[in-house]
Amino acid sequence: MSQTNTATNIAVLKHKDADEKHVARSLWGDAIVHLLHDKLTILAFIVLALLTLISVLGPPYVENALGLDVTRIKVLDRFKPPGTEGHLLGTDEYGRDQLIRLMYGGRISLAIAYTSSVMILAIGVTLGLAAGYYGGIVDDIIMWSINTLSSMPPLFILLVVSALWSPVPEMLVIILALLGWFGTCRLVRGEVLSIKERDYVLAARALGASNMRLLFVHIFPNVLSIVIVTGTIIAGNLILLESSLSFLGLGVQPPSPTWGNMLTNARNFLVTGFHLIVWPGILIMITVLCFYLIGDGLRDALDPRRKHGVK
Amino acid sequence: MGTYVLRRVLQGIPTFFGITLLAFMMMLFSPGDPVSLLTFNPRSGDTDSAERIRRQLGLDKPKVTQYIYWLIGNDWTQYDSDGDGTDDSPGTRSGLLRGDMGESLAPGHRDVTDLIFERIPATLLLTFSALITGYGIGILLGVLAAVYHRTWVDQVIRVISVIGNAVPQFWLGFILIIVFSIKLDVLPMSGMRNISNRGGLDLSDLVAHMILPVFVLSLNTIAFVSRFTRTELLEVLEQDFIRTARAKGLKDSVVWWKHALRNALLPVATFLGPALGTLLAGAVVIESVFAWPGLGSLVIDAVFQRDYPLVMGSVVIAAGMFILGVLFSDILYAVLDPRIRLD
Repeated sequence: MSQTNTATNIAVLKHKDADEKHVARSLWGDAIVHLLHDKLTILAFIVLALLTLISVLGPPYVENALGLDVTRIKVLDRFKPPGTEGHLLGTDEYGRDQLIRLMYGGRISLAIAYTSSVMILAIGVTLGLAAGYYGGIVDDIIMWSINTLSSMPPLFILLVVSALWSPVPEMLVIILALLGWFGTCRLVRGEVLSIKERDYVLAARALGASNMRLLFVHIFPNVLSIVIVTGTIIAGNLILLESSLSFLGLGVQPPSPTWGNMLTNARNFLVTGFHLIVWPGILIMITVLCFYLIGDGLRDALDPRRKHGVK
Repeated sequence: MGTYVLRRVLQGIPTFFGITLLAFMMMLFSPGDPVSLLTFNPRSGDTDSAERIRRQLGLDKPKVTQYIYWLIGNDWTQYDSDGDGTDDSPGTRSGLLRGDMGESLAPGHRDVTDLIFERIPATLLLTFSALITGYGIGILLGVLAAVYHRTWVDQVIRVISVIGNAVPQFWLGFILIIVFSIKLDVLPMSGMRNISNRGGLDLSDLVAHMILPVFVLSLNTIAFVSRFTRTELLEVLEQDFIRTARAKGLKDSVVWWKHALRNALLPVATFLGPALGTLLAGAVVIESVFAWPGLGSLVIDAVFQRDYPLVMGSVVIAAGMFILGVLFSDILYAVLDPRIRLD
């Protein structure tokens, strides 16, 4: 450990030569400056933002421009290859335009990922704070539930639940959230357990701060950075999870397209519809990759032990 | 050591009961009536048989009683067979805890236990092969990345592991099927054996059928294990005892294999249990892509047909396998790492 410190110090000294003016900044200000220099993370941000914008705002314009409708079925136009007049990415087994379906699919897939991950963070952070701070029976109950629920293979229980209730997208969001908060809760609880023993918390308590004040002014801000990082990773995982579920025919039900359920019938047109299989998968992969890269970038940027310019 | 193992086993018991409770509640609150599905006959309008089956299954009893019957069976008590209010026929089921998970609602009414245990070998074959492949290739890549730290090798392995995590497995399965089974025609598309191959175990045929699903399933594990091994190995290499070993004049290979890798792999080994869980869950999807006759495809069919006893049984069995996996990896860790205090 001491060896690393020395190495870091030397590196810092070396770095100071290059950058003489060293401005003191807050953790968040520092993180933003760091992020602005992290090209890969910025690229991931831009790609994700573009995908989101195109999915949310794009469909009406494209539909108008091509004179098409996402639900229009035209048997004569089945399995048109990409590049066919009017169908940039070809058509599917019912003659529906692949590009527009991909955009609508992105809408649902991304909406599920965003809303579910926010809900997961809300549940996980609340219960994690409660379990870590209050301890005792609250902690016991929460931890027992987590241990029980997480000793099932995750997809397995999700599969059963969503098959039995055959959910609409809104319901799927809630199911995903209710079955996805364990990791976040465990993480936050662990952090809280260590933070609440720190001296500044003790000092605040000695000054007569209430439980709520201790929790939300002194403890919560210190778990926030780790929560944001997990949030992005969770969003990536949710995209994968939702696509697997929808692929199995248990997530969002057709005719609403999602990137996952567009692949449900893939087995039947492995030969005729190669273009139908490639695109949804690539979009899922790019989206998940972006979430993971952003998560990685944020983790680096928000690490207070990271010294300036040294990685 | 004995006490540690015993304590871990005892800790698993409340978890197991929690799972049975959860499986039971899922069925309780789910919409749809399995009995009306079972006796559906639009012409007869026969409500009597529905009532009889309901009584036989104990569905007229309070929920708590139903749960207890499911757990320990009803062969020690009697049920009301003719609906006259007196319990007159002896129960026949011996309950989950004695290995009887009821009978399937699907035509044929086979025992759930038989149905599940028929499928388990295929799933275990798939998951354990994927576990071994994942850990094998993962450790290899991790060591390579650490040895060639900060070179292009490291970068390439990093890219592989990031993409390996982000790619949807079922999709990759289809792409590989298209490439290797349709375009190149070198590997079989799906299933566990060639159609012409009746009975008998043909090892080369089985292996050929396993290559694609095992690879796809193990991809996550490869990605995770390689990252983890690399991080741990680089951390261990900073430790004082490595410097001591080098200072003693030991050969590089001895330092790497005996001192560094051994210690680096300890934490990696603890993730065997969770990794097995992830693989079991992933197997559900992969089995569907490759039409692999395992537990996963059984469960998917069962949930679509609302075959409640079969779904409940599979959930309990899958969770049980997962609990055993975690238990096993915890014990393994305790055996491997002398620093862990076992009380």
